[in-house]
Amino acid sequence: MNTLGEEESEWEQLNQTNWRGLGITDPIKNVEDKWLLLPAFLKVKGLVKQHIDSFNYFVDVDIKNIVKANNKVTSDVDPRFWLKYTDINVGFPDRTDLDAIDKSVTPHECRLRDITYSAPILVTIQYTRGKNVVRRPNVNIGRLPIMLRSNKCVLTGRTEAQLARMTECPLDPGGYFVVKGTEKVILVQEQLSKNRIIVETDSVKGIVQASCTSSTHGGLKSKTYVATKKGKIYLRHNSIHEDVPIVIALKALGIQSDKEILLLTAGNTDAYKIAFSANLEEAAKLSVFTRHQALEWIGSRVKVNRKVVGPRRPAWEEALEALATIVLAHVPVNGLDFRSKAIFVATMTRRVLMAMDDEKMVDDRDYVGNKRLELAGQLLALLFEDLFKTFNSNLKSSIDKVLKKPSRTNEFDAFNTMQFQGDHITSGFVRAISTGNWSLKRFKMERAGVTHVLSRLSFISALGMMTRISSQFEKTRKVSGPRALQPSQWGMLCPSDTPEGEACGLVKNLALMTHITTDVEEEPIIRLAFMLGVEDIGLATGTEIYGPHTFVVNVNGTIIGLTRYPTRFVTNFRRLRRAGRFSEFVGVYVNHHHRAVHIASDGGRICRPMIIVEDGRPKVTSEHIAFLKKGAATFDDFLRKGLVEYLDVNEENDSYIALYESNIVAATTHLEIEPFTILGAVAGLIPYPHHNQSPRNTYQCAMGKQAIGAIGYNQLNRIDTLLYLSVYPQQPMVKTKTIELIGYDRLPAGQNATVAVMSYSGYDIEDALIQNKASLDRGYGRCQVLRKNATLIRKYPNGTFDRLADAPVDENGQIQKKYDIVQLDGLAGVGERVDPGDVYVNKQTPTNANDNTFTGQAAAVPYKNAPMTYKSPVAGYIDKVMISDTENDQTLIKVLIRQTRRPELGDKFSSRHGQKGVCGLIVNQEDMPFNDQGINPDTIMNPHGFPSRMTVGKMIELLAGKAGVLSGKLQYGTAFGGSKVEDMSRILIENGFNYAGKDMLTSGITGEPLEAYVYFGPIYYQKLKHMVMDKMHARARGPRATLTRQPTEGRSREGGLRLGEMERDCLIGYGATQLLLERLMISSDKFEVNACQECGLIGYNGWCTYCKSSKHMANLTIPYAAKLLFQELMAMNVVPRLVLGDA
Amino acid sequence: MSNPTLINGFDTRRHVGVHAEQVSHVSSTDYPGHYPGEDNSWDLDAFKKRLNLKVQRLSNRSVAFDLVGVDASIANAFRRILIAEVPTVTVERVYVWDNTSVVVDEVLAQRIGLIPLNVDPSFMDMKESPSDQATDRNTLVFRLRVACTRNKNAPKGSTNPNELYINSDVLSSHLEWVPQGEQMTVMASNPPAPTNPNIVLAKLRPGQEIDMELHAIKGVGKDHAKFCPVATASYRLLPKIVLNPQKPVPPHLAEKFQKCFSPGVIRVDPRTKAITVDEEKARNESMSREVYRHPEFAGCVQLARVRDHFLFNIESEGFYPPERLLPEAIAVMRGKIANIRKVAEALLHDSDGPGDVEMTDT
Repeated sequence: MNTLGEEESEWEQLNQTNWRGLGITDPIKNVEDKWLLLPAFLKVKGLVKQHIDSFNYFVDVDIKNIVKANNKVTSDVDPRFWLKYTDINVGFPDRTDLDAIDKSVTPHECRLRDITYSAPILVTIQYTRGKNVVRRPNVNIGRLPIMLRSNKCVLTGRTEAQLARMTECPLDPGGYFVVKGTEKVILVQEQLSKNRIIVETDSVKGIVQASCTSSTHGGLKSKTYVATKKGKIYLRHNSIHEDVPIVIALKALGIQSDKEILLLTAGNTDAYKIAFSANLEEAAKLSVFTRHQALEWIGSRVKVNRKVVGPRRPAWEEALEALATIVLAHVPVNGLDFRSKAIFVATMTRRVLMAMDDEKMVDDRDYVGNKRLELAGQLLALLFEDLFKTFNSNLKSSIDKVLKKPSRTNEFDAFNTMQFQGDHITSGFVRAISTGNWSLKRFKMERAGVTHVLSRLSFISALGMMTRISSQFEKTRKVSGPRALQPSQWGMLCPSDTPEGEACGLVKNLALMTHITTDVEEEPIIRLAFMLGVEDIGLATGTEIYGPHTFVVNVNGTIIGLTRYPTRFVTNFRRLRRAGRFSEFVGVYVNHHHRAVHIASDGGRICRPMIIVEDGRPKVTSEHIAFLKKGAATFDDFLRKGLVEYLDVNEENDSYIALYESNIVAATTHLEIEPFTILGAVAGLIPYPHHNQSPRNTYQCAMGKQAIGAIGYNQLNRIDTLLYLSVYPQQPMVKTKTIELIGYDRLPAGQNATVAVMSYSGYDIEDALIQNKASLDRGYGRCQVLRKNATLIRKYPNGTFDRLADAPVDENGQIQKKYDIVQLDGLAGVGERVDPGDVYVNKQTPTNANDNTFTGQAAAVPYKNAPMTYKSPVAGYIDKVMISDTENDQTLIKVLIRQTRRPELGDKFSSRHGQKGVCGLIVNQEDMPFNDQGINPDTIMNPHGFPSRMTVGKMIELLAGKAGVLSGKLQYGTAFGGSKVEDMSRILIENGFNYAGKDMLTSGITGEPLEAYVYFGPIYYQKLKHMVMDKMHARARGPRATLTRQPTEGRSREGGLRLGEMERDCLIGYGATQLLLERLMISSDKFEVNACQECGLIGYNGWCTYCKSSKHMANLTIPYAAKLLFQELMAMNVVPRLVLGDA
Repeated sequence: MSNPTLINGFDTRRHVGVHAEQVSHVSSTDYPGHYPGEDNSWDLDAFKKRLNLKVQRLSNRSVAFDLVGVDASIANAFRRILIAEVPTVTVERVYVWDNTSVVVDEVLAQRIGLIPLNVDPSFMDMKESPSDQATDRNTLVFRLRVACTRNKNAPKGSTNPNELYINSDVLSSHLEWVPQGEQMTVMASNPPAPTNPNIVLAKLRPGQEIDMELHAIKGVGKDHAKFCPVATASYRLLPKIVLNPQKPVPPHLAEKFQKCFSPGVIRVDPRTKAITVDEEKARNESMSREVYRHPEFAGCVQLARVRDHFLFNIESEGFYPPERLLPEAIAVMRGKIANIRKVAEALLHDSDGPGDVEMTDT
């Protein structure tokens, strides 16, 4: 305690000015090692903090709000009955097995056993039992899948040793769910911000429209438009049939006077007044003058989609209700005070007027500040609300059912009914997460593909998946806007990491330091704003609102008041935030175009931390960093002390941010922590990315996810469907700071290959690589492929069950070769070699498994073989056999089969610069060129790969790698920094090498020196998962499809190689008729038919069933598909007749 | 290719030109018909006179020698044979009885294969084909049986696996030779074992165990790198630094000039700052071409390498002592020559045959 106090005071001293306005921290040129804030940030937040924060918010806060909003269940039968939820909590994951003694469960067990990692949802209920009120705590209403490393996860806050005991990798970021044994990620969804006005134009139709999607707690979503139509302005909403003239709408909202309407919309600007006047006229034409008339007008056009209960209400009441609750639902209406909603509509109208007058006032939909990211927590909250409501309505109906009965033997206890409600909530969660279909009828939400299986191809692919953002835009729409790189995504979204092709630019990735906000309560913020001198909007008229010196103050898109001193207000507001008086994630900024101050506290905003600069001096000093280095301070201390703050995109654009200390001028407000954080985790692997052509970095981002390497410390304990592992992974010679931060140096995917950039043999054209055979012999590029094969030993409803059997013996008492490895328990032994066709699980199923009438002895039933046979063309080894039980007590057997592969011709490799290539030739060591030290390259790369690709970063990587090898140090290739080429060259010279990295090589074939110097050194090469062994395929004859008798399709079905339409066209054009006939019929589905020359129909056996004769039968060969077509046509009453003639 | 102007002392017949951006005169020209009016046909006496082999350095594991007066093809043939064709004995087949270590069978087998053994290959026969029966003439058997246990006498609080456990590392020294047939007597003087006892093959923890039978056979490096008798065998050409007497290095830049070369190669007279090349140490020059980078030294010096002076460096990693490697390579080469001679003679004798003769290896 004492030491802590001392440190505190030391901190204070640092921040004090000591003498003549100078502190000990003066003068500052550069903040040494300020990048150390980054690991400090990641230490606090973790790599996937967005997901985890969001889930924690749901579990700790949101779930309570949802229950509070739906906390009462009553009965239609018995008005005295009620049931109330007073509290809800999510417990810790536990085992559901009834007979378990140790209830604790680890995520890894769930993965292995194909069960769900979930925790009970416990509620406290109060309800009436007879005349008493009963309180029951900890009532289980269902189970919630738990996000790994969240507050509720058993892995959170554990040390490496504890994690190791739970067979969990300490580098695994968490943030995903384990549902039915598969790891599922809920991808971040990108959406347009809610409750904000967005002005758009359609230049073709000449329409200007302001739209606002309202979203309130309760999930109701509706979109309201204020749009121009033929020069006049209308309010449009889905619940109203017809467009409402804006003046009528405003009158209905309680602003009756035309003068006031004009003031609230056009203000005192003449241009706007002229543009608006036509609208006033229209209302008069429709003879709508009073509020009542306006409500009547709207009321007769409101869609009523309620089941009619009781007498029909007058139109104006319908209108009032629609305006109060459906149109712009997020703007609060207290009692019948529509003033704030009226002002909101007026503001929308004014924005339309402004946009009509000036093109520049149109908003940019693609601006990142107008985007919100929806995370797992929000999606789960929606799902939970839906499930909980259904749960309650089911509960209510079953309670009603019981209460309806006139006499009961014992007193009705709602708790018992609750216990028999089934697992609606549990199965709802599991179904949604495992299928990815978020279909919530209550909110008219139908979304597929929300969740994805976490890709465990490599550590990077898993990490890349956690930072991925998918957009709601359609992929087919041909608009470039949403796909383009937005300047405002600087530092927030990675500029490199996006897929190529159809999803290009729509799927994005978060940058390294991005944080996504969660909801912060807005009432205290509003109160604070008023305390800081904001005048309530309810007291203002149009003149004041649009007065020359007033700024409107918005909180989360809703106008709350006015201020005449926006700068002072914002400064004070920020000062309070830096002092920690309210959440650091509340953003505030001034929009000078709209003359508005915006305060944002909603969730889903993208933000990132930045160093605060005051009076031209960064507040973080080297001394602070020294504290950080000592471990005496954490990132949160920096936040609390007001040295660092989070800025969201909108606030960032209202700030003056210096990239480096040297750029700081008087007006500077912030300083970047580190420039390389504009890249994401995946792009951060690339050394010297700032020297590469930008698409190359994008290609590497895609390929880094396919690289074979280590995937986690627990990789050997995992049983995944498909697991690729490298035998000898190495950390790269040229690292980046990102690599160290994300742990890629501990879970690498690649090897440092000695590369000679030269041409060799002609088998290296088109990016093919030459590999040294001796290197491959010694283990370069060697990888393991482990494939899971699972089966259930089932118990059937009729009492029968599957069984495992030992190897059968044939009549000679010999065991068949294919059962060689099956042991007495019916399973193959671990370590045994499995040849193609071998049986490794000798399962047998009862012949009458599905016969529900069977009542006999289960043990006496006849069995048939249902063995699992090994299908791959290359032998493998049994790596593991696991026997376990699933949640519903079925025996589960998983067999992991391993192949170890050395690189072969055609295997794909890539450097970290988007330069992929296949192995074109494997050359013996003695044929490889060698340098003066006798070093042979592992790989030869053709220099033609460089000029057009412009991957200068790769060249520098080689240089830095070579210098690193010579000096015995790892070098850095961090973006916008890293080891300098000049220093690298100096190291080369000092070690007697050429400064340019070019060595004099001797040909291994002739023994003479090569006439050119060769760029020679280590480059980090990744082996990609595309291997020839998994792709090679040929067929001479083989299986055919039953329906058409044509060869099957695809490698997995041993299919044929199709001579397609275009190839057919070539043959027709060439006139190779016999070849055509052979390819299309004889080698495919030739079929002999008997056709009648008389009637043209197909008969059989030389007999025409139509003509009842065998006279005119002809024998001909046609494709079976043609015969099938004729028969199908006949089945639908079309007679195809063959007209035969001699060819 | 046009060559940069050459200065005196650089002999295109003898030297390979090392220029700033390219290498010139890489091929030898001393064969008949290249120079008009010169014979240049191969002459044994002249060859004998020029041929010189001098060992520069010999240690337990490596040898460095100069081979002077041969063509690149001959020197290269020795290098290639050393890497690919001098036979050695290593483990080829691994029979796994038990392996509960974290290193899987295939990887462990590969690692074991790469252990060099101290077996004289001349004691063994080469298997004609992989399916050949294993006999005591062509196969050596080793046993690898290691089980890891806890060390009861481990010092308290120790975290060092070597102290905590017994056999925590599986080393090449755990290989145990199992003599077969007459091997016991033939190889008694030098029982087969790995040349290096400290190669880590796998790491074990208590409860883990490895039990394997290893069969070593004789093979050559071109089949698999594990049969390669050398860590590396390579050569470089003798560096030659030709100073231009027409353009001496300015005295004030002498030190800088010196630094452009490997240490000791250039001598600077402390008084006159005159520059001379230390011919003894010139062989240490790493040919970094650093001198060409500085425009002030342009034309002062020409780097070159002597085309028929090969500085060999052979690092032995296996049975052969380094000094025996070259003779072994020569023996292999003589075998090949003898084979060609035999076949050629057969062709000559069989002049009315089909013209095809089977050429068997070795």
